[in-house]
Amino acid sequence: MRYIPNSPEERAEMLATIGLNSAEELFRSIPKDVRLQRALNVTDPLAESEVIASLETMAAKNTGATKSSFIGAGVYAHYSPTVVDHLIQRSEFFTSYTPYQPEISQGTLQYIFEFQTLICQLTGMEVANASMYDGSTATAEAYLMARRVTRRDKIVVGRSVHPEYREVARTYSKHNDSEIVEIGYDETGRITGLEELDDKTAALVVQSPNFFGCIEDLKALADAAHAVGALFVVVVTEAISFGLLRSPGVCGADIVVGEGQSFGIPMSFGGPHVGLFAAQEKYVRQMPGRLCGIAYDKNGKRGFVLTLSTREQHIRREKATSNICTNQGLIALAATIYMETMGKRGLQEVAAQNAQKAAYSAKQIASVDGFSLPFSAPHFNEFVVRGPRPAVEILERLRTQNGVLGGLALSKYFDGHDNDFLVTVTELNSKQQIDALTNALKKADGW
Amino acid sequence: MANIPENLRYTKDHEWVSVDGDSATLGITDYAQNSLGDVVYIDMPRVGDKFGAHEAFGSVESVKAVSEVFTPIAGEVSEINEGLNDSPEKVNSDPYGAGWMIKVKMDNAGAADALLSADEYEEYLSTIG
Repeated sequence: MRYIPNSPEERAEMLATIGLNSAEELFRSIPKDVRLQRALNVTDPLAESEVIASLETMAAKNTGATKSSFIGAGVYAHYSPTVVDHLIQRSEFFTSYTPYQPEISQGTLQYIFEFQTLICQLTGMEVANASMYDGSTATAEAYLMARRVTRRDKIVVGRSVHPEYREVARTYSKHNDSEIVEIGYDETGRITGLEELDDKTAALVVQSPNFFGCIEDLKALADAAHAVGALFVVVVTEAISFGLLRSPGVCGADIVVGEGQSFGIPMSFGGPHVGLFAAQEKYVRQMPGRLCGIAYDKNGKRGFVLTLSTREQHIRREKATSNICTNQGLIALAATIYMETMGKRGLQEVAAQNAQKAAYSAKQIASVDGFSLPFSAPHFNEFVVRGPRPAVEILERLRTQNGVLGGLALSKYFDGHDNDFLVTVTELNSKQQIDALTNALKKADGW
Repeated sequence: MANIPENLRYTKDHEWVSVDGDSATLGITDYAQNSLGDVVYIDMPRVGDKFGAHEAFGSVESVKAVSEVFTPIAGEVSEINEGLNDSPEKVNSDPYGAGWMIKVKMDNAGAADALLSADEYEEYLSTIG
């Protein structure tokens, strides 16, 4: 968008031309009772130096990003090569919106195509879209897509799927006659309650690694879903896990959704991030979102196009597969550059470091008196720790006494887990940090 | 000039209907396929789906547009033309033959009598240019 300044004289001239006395009169066709009858509650204009000072003050409050942190739970601290931020700031990328006149945006379409290709390779799916807003909205769209494909209304979802994803999906589904059934988890931390699957079930929705960090037995779950004719939807909040774990596609997933923030995107206080959405090709016409494809012109030259747009609302209106008519372009670009910079071996290396450091941390913490690991299923880079007293007390103590963000108290989302907290370890957590956390916990009994 | 077989019934939405007892076969007319251009996909109902008269039972997607197709008669879908999944272009090449879309078991066997005859449809086409 261009910034077009105009002077009070120019504004008066424009108003005179259309016969109005004030800009306010432009809105007179809007009934008075639906208009805001006061000035907007915004500050007076600030000088540039004042703006910078005020933003720096706000940024300084974000101390979490500067502390030793073991909080993940959907947003992860990972290394991002400098080239990612550098390249996305090129104006060709930085200022462009999702292509509505796609043919002239070949560069944009090419990176979207590369993004889709990489997401397909990582998820083991055949088609990926140009991205969604974030992991939670991608999950909500998977509910809707499964219902369209199966023409069934019941969604069976594990409570071990990120609680905020489930909440967003519930909001999306609130007025559309779907039935959402949440199923639990057993003492290993894995999903349980598959007896809810029946011939009315549109989808079984499972996260792996799940919210507790546990890796689910996807193959068995896929078989259970398919046995009743339901789709198997796999949610992934930690995309780095693709570097180590067998892909959901190989395990039988029909739709894979997730969050791509781990691919070089800053935590940014919770967003903007990027949603991943991939599926088997036979379901492509029920997919939401933009899809980029390759085409050849009459001279045989390769070009990139937006394809299967007839699914989208600018053509299909209320019959569209989704009301998303855009994508998270810049963030998807950052993720693409991250994936291409790290490469296959780089991603495997990062994933291995995450798993090894998490395994070391879990072993160290479990050896501390009073602390244990309540869930026995294998984990990737997150695991639940059970302490000798309420987790919120332990974490508060770690934060104030040791300057460490020790994890996330499960009581924020789950009943019956007062003493449990989720610990996340990434390649950015040094051995010193891990040992310092363990040592701090050793004193917990004496608090 | 659009091909309009004498033995069929027609609608102003450019569907054709062929009646055999209480079963009706539905498709889109030569005029419709010509207006749509190359058909690339047809979204079909499933056998057993029930539709009221004038309800959309599916959609036809061409390279330039998506159009809904309506059943002019109430009934239950008894058969769909599976061949169109792999060869939607049959709607273009043979709209009254291999391009048929669905068969409907009519709630009211006489329902098709109220539809346009070939002459009336031809007359209608001349009014819309």
